[in-house]
Formats: sequence, structure tokens, C-alpha cells
Amino acid sequence: MKLPILLSACALAVAPLSACSLTEDNDSGKNSSNKITVTSTDDKCEVSAAKAESGRISFNVKNDGSKVTEFYLYGEDGLRIVGEVENIGPGITRDLVLTAQPGTYFTACKPGMIGKGIRADFTVSDSGKDVTIKGVDQKTIDTALAQYSSYVKDQTSQLVADTQEFIDAYKAGDDDKARTLFPTARTHWEGTETVAESFGDLDPKTDLREADLEPGQKWTGWHAIEKDLWPPAKGYTAFTPAQRVTYADDLMANITTLNTRVQTLTYTVDQIANGSKGLLDEVATGKISGEEDIWSHTDLWDFQANVDGAKVGYETLKPLLDVKDKALSETLATRFAELQKLLDKYKVGDGFVFYDTVKEPQRQELSDAVNALSEPLSKMAGALTL
Amino acid sequence: MTTDDQNSTVSRRRLLGVAGAGALAGAAALGGFELAQASDDAPETPSAGLAYDFHGRHQAGIVTPSQDRLHFASFDVTTSSRDELIALLKAWTEAAEAMTTGASVGADTLTNYASPPTDTGEALGLPASGLTLTFGFGPSLFTKDGKDRFGLEARRPKALQHLPHFPADNLDPARTDGDLCVQACANDPQVAVHAIRNLARIGFGTVAMRWNQLGFGRTSSTSTSQQTPRNLMGFKDGTANLKGEDAAEIEKFVWVDPSDDANASWLAGGSYLVARRIKIQIEPWDRTSLSEQEALIGRERAHGAPLSGGTEFTDLDLKIEGRNGPLIGMDAHVRLAHPSQNNGTKLLRRGYNFTDGTDALGRLDAGLFFIAFVRDPGKHYVPMQNQLSSQDGLMEYLQHTGSGLWAVPPGIRKGEYVGQALFA
Repeated sequence: MKLPILLSACALAVAPLSACSLTEDNDSGKNSSNKITVTSTDDKCEVSAAKAESGRISFNVKNDGSKVTEFYLYGEDGLRIVGEVENIGPGITRDLVLTAQPGTYFTACKPGMIGKGIRADFTVSDSGKDVTIKGVDQKTIDTALAQYSSYVKDQTSQLVADTQEFIDAYKAGDDDKARTLFPTARTHWEGTETVAESFGDLDPKTDLREADLEPGQKWTGWHAIEKDLWPPAKGYTAFTPAQRVTYADDLMANITTLNTRVQTLTYTVDQIANGSKGLLDEVATGKISGEEDIWSHTDLWDFQANVDGAKVGYETLKPLLDVKDKALSETLATRFAELQKLLDKYKVGDGFVFYDTVKEPQRQELSDAVNALSEPLSKMAGALTL
Repeated sequence: MTTDDQNSTVSRRRLLGVAGAGALAGAAALGGFELAQASDDAPETPSAGLAYDFHGRHQAGIVTPSQDRLHFASFDVTTSSRDELIALLKAWTEAAEAMTTGASVGADTLTNYASPPTDTGEALGLPASGLTLTFGFGPSLFTKDGKDRFGLEARRPKALQHLPHFPADNLDPARTDGDLCVQACANDPQVAVHAIRNLARIGFGTVAMRWNQLGFGRTSSTSTSQQTPRNLMGFKDGTANLKGEDAAEIEKFVWVDPSDDANASWLAGGSYLVARRIKIQIEPWDRTSLSEQEALIGRERAHGAPLSGGTEFTDLDLKIEGRNGPLIGMDAHVRLAHPSQNNGTKLLRRGYNFTDGTDALGRLDAGLFFIAFVRDPGKHYVPMQNQLSSQDGLMEYLQHTGSGLWAVPPGIRKGEYVGQALFA
């Protein structure tokens, strides 16, 4: 399953994050009367009203021209971008929603995406409503982003160490030790899985399941070794010691590459938020059904690691979300706790029971808790970037 | 509630296009709890443009003329919080109000490209299609494992019990019971499925879907304006069942009266929904001679006339004899289901044909999803089903594989939420 976190609606369809109004408070998100339609053609920018009342304003921008266009709301100085919507193809309609204080602004369409655009004055009068921005300061955002970066680096460095120990045991033929280390080493992979998956070349080499193979595709990585350690009773030829070395070293090389790459990786708020949601999707699609670790049945270690990773994402963004949407933040905290309580029922020592002992009604209970968390989690990115 | 003014908003042209003058007469006779309204965007299928008011004295989807498609869902409540349960019922009410008019869920929410859309989208551009959403509360909502879950036990209607085991039942727990049920009926299956899917999505964290059933074609008519449809046995089904126009009998056999149960006055104006998933042994049935098929049903197949004579709607003559005894046999389905054999009881049914693919042996997993709305299940359903399950000759070809009983709260007034009186 590929969930490239580097793609995000905010970055693609709307604007760079800084302009995604992260520093603004959300109100209810419901429509007010401030709905303005904009028609952008190759030489005109028709805005249905030149004024609005302070508060939430939505611009419905239709591109009636032949070129790709953009729409901007600039501040009084004509430089500060209050809000923007990019990449509007011919014939396409996009919405720009923002909160505006009383003041003087400029609207601008940019057919062809170049130049100063076709500008017009825009006035926001005082509605009397409190539109004070209870924003998050840049320092809080920077802190969160730095924290997440550290978390990923920490996880991958542990992944390198634990994988080394795992392949050493495996190469040495100490299968019992290797079987013990398999789920715990993978924990660090699973906790940051969406980051690893954003490298399109590393994920298939490292984490492909047998069922995912295309005809003729060579199977490498965790799960090939997993099958060798927990071989099916019939029809399987164990790896030779030489093959073991090949598979183990290949896995190690890819993990090392991952570790190198994350050292310079930076993140945006929406990437972290979507990454958290993506980790829960991993649980819902692979772990809950027992398809991830079909030979070892160590799915619950992966499950827990995905949840832990998602929770780190949430907690990293919590100072922001508490400002932007406190109710959503509280729901997420509750749902994470409820899911953890369920997972705890399957804990044995430092690990878990094997997933083949978890029967349908229990799996359904876990699935319900994952759904209960995933649904509000899917709203986190939008709540933060609106 | 209907007034003449509201009736005047009915598009005669469109309604007449749907089902002839009978539909109009029917709407009037019902007191118009469900008001057929014309939709502005002219639909491809005339009937698809129908919209029934979600609000009224009784819930829509009971005496509403049976729509062609069904998506029925049973949910279990996963929270232990009464407040969360109420919040869900409010959210469901809001969504149902929107969807039954043909609108999207959360249509007034501003577009946010970084969030998943509030509505799943597959019904965009489709008209209301006569969508009705009917909600029910199961026995387990009140008490589960001996526990009064939401402080509702004192108000649990006496008649709201798990249905007893009937002879030959082979119930699959995964198709049986549930804390809440939602019956979505519409003339477009996509609209019905969209409704259930969005309600389930809204419910994550508060409820989890327990099971659901699609019905691809109605097997009941709840209005005299409708033709009697056929079930998968090939016979007209439910000819003698109650129609919405039988106002006096609807009062008698469908709506719970305030005097029925002093502890459950909240249910007055409501009803009970009985659901039974009845698998038909299709292949053996298809190898049965026409004479035996007709004898087991008690009607001739071509037109649905009772074997005792006349035409489809002629009353049964249970006494008239032929060479080998009564023309309508003692084990004939129509005899055993007839009011005269059931203390005068008449059923309001909204059944649907279903197929769920094939079973492990390659046999069609198909049958009839039976839904009936009754005033008192202990009096109006259980005795009849006991009689049918033990004596009906048809039982050789039937197997009940799913079951459930839910109390259906009365209609929702504007500003109220589903079942509000229960929580008041």
C-alpha cells in the first residue's frame, strides 16, 4: 500500500503551507453570507462583489479562460498574500475560504500564472463579529516540525541498530533469536511507515508482501525473510546460508539508505497530519485482516507501531490543533486512548499474542476502534490548514 | 403534517406520470404524512423525482408507497455514553433531513481541499428518488448482558423483546438483531446505499455496523395504487396485506397507541419493525410442479387469484371444497397467513427480494427480506409466524437465516431528533 505523504491537497491545490492560514483560528466552518463568485478569463477577473463583511469569506473561483489561472487575495500593501488558490485548470471551479479582518484588500486573477495579475480593490467592512485570530505563532509551528523530524530520525536510527541485530542472528542461523527480533525491529519501520513509503523505491524492496508481487518481480525485504523463518509446512524450499546472507544484506542496505535520506528530510504540518491518517489506513487495510505478517502472525506489533506513529503525529500537532479545533483534538485524544485500551488486552510481556489467536469478533472490535479513530483523524489535516 | 396547501405543491403532472391517479388518491387518503413533492431537476425515471417529507406524525417509510429498492442496516452502539448516543441521533436526523430532499450531507460546509468531503458523493446529481429513512431501537439498546446501558430500561416497551425461536429457524448471528436499525428505501439503489453509507460514516466511534441487507426489488405493495409485485418464487406476494389507504386498520394494526404501554408512552405513534431474512431454496423450488407450487401458495401463479376462485383481490373462500378437500389446502400459505386464522390480524409488509451471490455449494443465496410494521409483535407477529413456521407447506423451501425486532419511534417534528421522546 502506497500512501505518499509528500502529496498534499494544500501544497498542490491551494498554496504553500504558510499561506494555508495555519496561523488562523477556525470558526465553525459553516457558510456565512460572504459567498463571492469569481470568474477568471484570459483577460478579465470578474468578482461578484467588491466588498464583504469581516469573518469567514468564501471565493468560488471559476476559470472561464483557456490558460491555467490562480486567484489571490492581497493585503493593503498589495504584497502580503492573505489567501490564494493555485492550479485552476480551464473550466475548473475551486474554492478559497479564509477569515478576513476589516480593511482594504486586493483581489487578483493570474491567468497563465504570471505577472501581477488582474487586480481590483476589495473592502472588508466591520461585521461587529469577533474575528480575532487566535493563531499559532510560527515558533510553535517550527517547534512541532522540528520535533517530528527528530522523532523520525530517532526511529530510523533504532531501526538500523535493531535490524542489524536481527540480520546477524538470521545469518548466523540463530532462528529463535531472529524470530524474537523480527517483530521488534520492524516496530521502528512501522512507526514511520508513511515516511518510508514516500520513497517509492525503498518501500517495495523492503516491505513488499508476497501477495503484492507482480509476475517476474523479485521478492526481497522483511517478508521474504519472515517466510523463511516461519516456513509453510509444504512446498517451500528454505534459503541456503548464502541466500540468507544475500537477503539479509539487501534488507540492511535499504534500511541504511532510508536512515541516510531521513537526515535531510523536512516536513510540513499537513504531511504530518496526513501521515498519521495514513498510518491508521495501514492498520485498517493490512494489519486488521492479518495480511501483513501472514507467516509470523506478529501483526499486533505492527499494529501498535502504526498507532504509536500516528499518535506521535497527533501529539506533535496538538498545540496547533488545540487552537484550531479544540473539540477535534479532544476527540482524537479520547479515541487514541480507547484504541490503546483495546490493544492492551492483547499484550503479553513486552509483546503481543500472535494474531492468528485473535478471532473474528475480537478483530471486529479492534476494527471498530480503528474506524472510530480514523474518521476524526482524517479531518486533522483539513482542520489545521483551513 | 399535511395541509391542503402542502398538497397543492404536489406536481400532478409528475405524480400522474408515476403511477396514475391512484397515487394522488393514495396520498390524500393517507392524510399525506408523506407528501410527494416534485423535484425541480426533471429526473430520467419519473418516480425518481419523488421526495417524501422526513417530518410528520409518523416516520416515513412505513405507509409510504413501497419504493423499489432497499438498503437495510443494523448497528450496534459502541459507546457507553448516553450523550454521545443522543449526539449521534441528532447528527443522523440532520443528515436524513438533507438526504431525503436529495441534498448532500453537510452541503452547507465550506469546501476544504485538505479534508475528506463531508458527503461521500455517489448520489451527487441524483434526485431524492423517494428516499425514506426509518429508524428503530432494538431490545439490546435498552439492556445488554443484564446491564441498563443508557438509563433507558425503565422506559423499555414490554413488547420489545428478542423474537423467540421459531420452528426451523437457522439464524446467523451475523445477520440477526442489533441495537439500532435504519431502513433506507428509494427508487434508485444508489440513493439508498448512499444514505446508509453516510449514516454509517457519521456513526463511527458511536456505532458500528452489525449487518446490512440490500433488497433489489420490492415484494410488497403498501398502497392500492401499486401493482402487487412478485417474489422470487414467481408469485404475487402480499396481495391481502394492509395498504396505507386502510386508515382504520392501519391505526389498529400498525401504530402504537398511547394506551398500549404506560411505561413507553414515547413510542405512541410509532410501531415495531420485524425483519426476517428468509432464504428460498431456489433450485428445488424451480423443480417443483406448477400444481404443487400453486397448492403450497394457495393462489394461481399467472394472476394471483386465490385457488378458491375469482381474481387477485377476491377474498379467500377457505371452505370451498374440490374433489380432494378444500381448494385452498390446510397447509397453504395464504390460509395460514389469513386474518381469519390469526385472530383477525392484518400485516403491513415492506418486503424486498434479495440475492447475496452464491453459497459455498454454488446455490443461489437468494430470498425475501421480510419487513413488517406491527403495533404489538407479541400479538400481531409471533403467533402468526409460529403457525407458519410449523404448518406452512412452503417451509420446505424456506429457511429463516436472519431476524430482528426494533421499536420504531413516532415521526420527527421539525427541530426534533429521532427518538427524542425516549431521551426526554
